Amino acid sequence: MNIIVLSILTLVLVGAVAAIVLYLAARKFRVFEDPRVAEVEAALPAVNCGGCGFPGCHGFAVACVEAESLEHLVCTVGGLATQERVGQILGKKANTFEPTVAVVRCGGSCEVRPRTNQYDGVSSCIIAHNLYGGDTGCSWGCLGLGDCEAACKFDALHIDPSTLLPVVAENKCTSCNACVKACPRSIIELRKRGPKSRRIYVNCVNKDEGEAIREACSTACIGCGKCADVCAFGAITLTNNLAYINPDKCTLCRKCAPVCPTNAIVELNFPERKTIDILH
Amino acid sequence: MGGIHPKGHKLSANHHIQEATLPPRVVIPLGHYLGAPSTAVVSPGDVVKVGQLIGQANGHISANVHASVSGVVAKIDGHVDASGYKVPSVFIDVEGDEWLETIDKTPEVKKECTLDPKAIVKKISESGIVGLGGATFPTHVKLTPPPGKKAEVLIINGVECEPYLTCDHRLMMEKGEEILVGVSILMKAIGVHEAIIGIENNKKDAIAHLHKLAIEFDGISVMALQVQYPQGGEKQLIDATIGRQVPSGGLPLDVGAVVQNVATAFAIYEAVQKNKPLFERIITITGKSMTHHGNYRARIGTPLAHVVEQAGGVPEDTGKIVAGGPMMGRALSNLEVAVAKGTSGVLFIPTLESERKNMQNCIRCANCVVACPMGLEPYLLMTQSERSMWTEMESDRILDCIECGCCSYSCPSNRPLLDYIRLGKTSVSKIVRARLVRKN
Repeated sequence: MNIIVLSILTLVLVGAVAAIVLYLAARKFRVFEDPRVAEVEAALPAVNCGGCGFPGCHGFAVACVEAESLEHLVCTVGGLATQERVGQILGKKANTFEPTVAVVRCGGSCEVRPRTNQYDGVSSCIIAHNLYGGDTGCSWGCLGLGDCEAACKFDALHIDPSTLLPVVAENKCTSCNACVKACPRSIIELRKRGPKSRRIYVNCVNKDEGEAIREACSTACIGCGKCADVCAFGAITLTNNLAYINPDKCTLCRKCAPVCPTNAIVELNFPERKTIDILH
Repeated sequence: MGGIHPKGHKLSANHHIQEATLPPRVVIPLGHYLGAPSTAVVSPGDVVKVGQLIGQANGHISANVHASVSGVVAKIDGHVDASGYKVPSVFIDVEGDEWLETIDKTPEVKKECTLDPKAIVKKISESGIVGLGGATFPTHVKLTPPPGKKAEVLIINGVECEPYLTCDHRLMMEKGEEILVGVSILMKAIGVHEAIIGIENNKKDAIAHLHKLAIEFDGISVMALQVQYPQGGEKQLIDATIGRQVPSGGLPLDVGAVVQNVATAFAIYEAVQKNKPLFERIITITGKSMTHHGNYRARIGTPLAHVVEQAGGVPEDTGKIVAGGPMMGRALSNLEVAVAKGTSGVLFIPTLESERKNMQNCIRCANCVVACPMGLEPYLLMTQSERSMWTEMESDRILDCIECGCCSYSCPSNRPLLDYIRLGKTSVSKIVRARLVRKN
């Protein structure tokens, strides 16, 4: 009996002393943190994706509090609402930005881009890319091994088993840039979402010359320049046999897509084209 | 340290070197495995002769490229190389076989070399000679030691430790005297009085042959080495022959050694004594399912398909076609790839042997650690690479890896160790290069 009481007393005493020491130490070594950091952090999406360029949401919150203006601090994942909330908390002008979305610029599905050999190595794009040109005749296009899918934290990218190309779920994509960084061939690009999610882009990154590309893939950009000629706004540039549509200049007039001989220009979320449009 | 003992399979060891026929069109790559691509000095429509300069070296670590056939330049365009990526190449339509008049085509061995060391290095550089063991590092760079370093011994690599390949073996048997003259020229160029030719014990005939010939040459000795892969690696060969270890991140010159391949020595002989630039090499065409093995002297730029055709075509049971040996070679995606200066052979692997086996978990058996000739820990490097731990990989000496493949070969769980280590090596060297640029 005595022993039980004694042990309880000893433990209580040790606990009390330790608690006092810890309390004093915590007081003495307390690190002051701006209370607004916690507030800002609570307003952020808390996914720690790193898309903003900081190590997670806490790092971004600290940067927001310390910065003089929010101009270069963007949380694309939270979107405009989050941005405004952060501005309110800090009493700074909220940053506005045009929402973007990931766009996969390769149309080389199994049908249009025949396989020329079989890859049986590690199922990782970057390893295959370092090793060789890929299992098709195009050494620029998508390898289809899913590094982007693995990098996406928002379940927004999936490899379509029938085409072996990644498909972006627009409603889930937060344009955090993770897939862009993961792709060893720089196929994925963040582009403006556009009004009603309407977008026009060149669905290819191949910089080879026309003749060689046609053998490898029937929907590749061959660098003929027809689209650039037809564009009235100077939005299309042709460098290294590859057309690029500048989203800042593009007015979504839809003149370029019908002239492309290989259908390499993609129009997304547009209403069905009227026959008369195609004639002109 | 480390190493493995794969079966030799030297099926074509007794097949004499044959002349490969000229293809209708050659594609001569201007790019090199290491260093800057050369600049083309011919344009479409130009008529060229065998041995004429067509690509000018671009900077110090680069090499000249010469026409390997006579004919008309068709175009200068990208062409896929063994990696499946396009490299700038010169396409020449073959017409006849007209050599430059300056090239000495007589078969007599010319022993006397009157050039001084500087002139020899200049000649080698002009002739576009690169290391023919496979890495194709420009030879003149190795022969110009940085200030403060002095070569003491020349080591000649006749090891040919890769299974199946026999091109160096045949060359030693058939061109032994020329190789020895080449070695003595090299000795003169770097100012050393001792040269050791290292040959593995599975080539007893070559050892005996060169040993007999070497008596006439001062300072050249032949050393028989035990059979082990990757003994043909520069650092491994230095250790095996003179017992010195090249420090991590160092060069052979740090221990006073210069290493050259036997085929390079032969090319140097031809360049210096016969005025013949490097435009052809010996390649081995072999494989278990192959009926006509052979060693062929092929012009650089000949499509591999053309040489293979001469050797009886692609055998029926073929799972993979590899350019080079089975350990370090590259699986080809296309036989239109041209013979490059570093192509040592074409190997046909039967379907059953070519398949990758299922990967299983690491059982920490340390076979890879035992096998690694550079003293690294491959299992750890692979895990780090999977997790993108580049800083840790750098301090674990990833850049020392020679990509010999002993780790993947020895793994009982069939783990793709080398694939991941290569990825790590590329990433770490990118970081290191970026750091150097920032510093300067």
